[in-house]
Amino acid sequence: MTKPLVAIRSVSKSFGEFQALKNVSLDVWPGEVMCLIGASGSGKTTLLRCINQLAVIDSGGIWLDGELLGVREQSGKLHRLSEREIGRQRLKTGMVFQRFNLFPHKTALENITEGPTQVQGRKAEEVRSEALELLRRVGLAAKADSYPAQLSGGQQQRVAIARALAMKPMLMLFDEPTSALDPELVGEVLAVMKELAKSGMTMMVVTHELGFAREVADRVVYMDQGAIVEQGRASDVLGAPREERTKAFLSAVI
Amino acid sequence: MRPAPALAEGFPDLSGMKVAREPHWFRWISAALIVLVLAAIVRAFANGQIEWSYVSRFLTVKVILEGIVNTMVMAVLAMMLGIFLGIVVAIMRLSPNPVLKTVAAGYTWLFRGTPLILQLLLWFNLALVFPTIGIPGLWSARAVDVMTPFLAALLGLGINQGAYTSEVMRAGMLSVDVGQYEAAQAIGMGRLRALRRIVLPQAMRVVIPPLGNEFIGMVKATSLASVIQYPELLHNAENIYYANSRVIELLIVAGLWYLLVVSILTPLQMLLERRFARGTLRLAR
Repeated sequence: MTKPLVAIRSVSKSFGEFQALKNVSLDVWPGEVMCLIGASGSGKTTLLRCINQLAVIDSGGIWLDGELLGVREQSGKLHRLSEREIGRQRLKTGMVFQRFNLFPHKTALENITEGPTQVQGRKAEEVRSEALELLRRVGLAAKADSYPAQLSGGQQQRVAIARALAMKPMLMLFDEPTSALDPELVGEVLAVMKELAKSGMTMMVVTHELGFAREVADRVVYMDQGAIVEQGRASDVLGAPREERTKAFLSAVI
Repeated sequence: MRPAPALAEGFPDLSGMKVAREPHWFRWISAALIVLVLAAIVRAFANGQIEWSYVSRFLTVKVILEGIVNTMVMAVLAMMLGIFLGIVVAIMRLSPNPVLKTVAAGYTWLFRGTPLILQLLLWFNLALVFPTIGIPGLWSARAVDVMTPFLAALLGLGINQGAYTSEVMRAGMLSVDVGQYEAAQAIGMGRLRALRRIVLPQAMRVVIPPLGNEFIGMVKATSLASVIQYPELLHNAENIYYANSRVIELLIVAGLWYLLVVSILTPLQMLLERRFARGTLRLAR
């Protein structure tokens, strides 16, 4: 029997008074494309940030590829992992940010090669040819030597996807990847993500693009106030929602 | 095609007319006044009790040239020490570790809080506190032999500079967007690697203008080391006028050299700024 790639169990997370995640449990299966939808503040972004440990959970546990994240269990107690070990665990996930966060002092190509050469210590030659191949895959072979400031938002986000893929992650996390884009640039980023989904990558996508969710997602998860309200096939959740809150959200969005 | 509606009357076409030059009377008058004042000042100095022949004679004597070399050597070395300490202390200050944070804050407090000249005198007179210094059982020496004017000036100026530079570096690091730290973490970088590869190179762009400022300050601050017998420019100029009593002439000589050095530094700074502006300009390459 296959095991889930990500297993989230009873995870809670607060920022001061505000409870961002309330006792969330969820499985993500290998090869699955999951879209997380919900209003801002519903906890979907926080859930992604907890999976790659940019946010530290208060309680509960997250397992990635069978390995407990951020802590080690020893004689009935949890011990925090060192920064180095957390860095190693992060390599299994790739993250794409809402605001791209490309390194502005490096070219598109250098953004992609930075991780493999500096963190994984791989040979520059080999990484370079892989990076050029990734740029070709996201349709930006001609922009290898451009700096981020010389690229449009859509191009920057595609470089950011290539940068995440260069680390050969098992899981790709997308945090509202098209929210900061002009409407006419959204399509080119979604096309790259569709191609990635087709190639069998496991993906968790926080998005407001319901059309994308309907077309690509294997499962849609609707979150509200830090909890999962409803989940299921895209056609069910988006087409025939059962929960009142889901219905209200969908009618407000469409 | 739909015809455009007729335009209203009374708004003539101005496209052929030239814009007249303004006379700018006030600019001419104020410029003339400033030239007059400057001429008066020059005349006053020319007729004053200054032997200009001494200025030109001493401008390039060996002792003065050695002085300017020593000044520059000290300024560069002390600034390097200051930048090194500044980066280390800024990183400590922004670390989550409360011990490092407190040590860094204490260092800045102590060395910014006391006059530089006092610190120089303390380093130079260290032998009064510790007649011998060393590592027990391994090495020891008399403090008077170790603490030469050169070393005392280097430590005094460099450590003091570090306290100021750390705040400049901290400002630069804070100016880098948090998203950059997160993106660096997301590709598996640890804190120090993210600082070295991603954050510091971006901070440098912000930090160079104030650091240029600090370096110019350092060139002139080396003159304080004259009180501890370090043979820099001002100290050597003083030694000459103790002998020949041409006080003003030699001070002018020293002043001209400081001005020259600082004038050369400004374009150098612009070159550095361009180097670190990589990627920030939308210029096609």
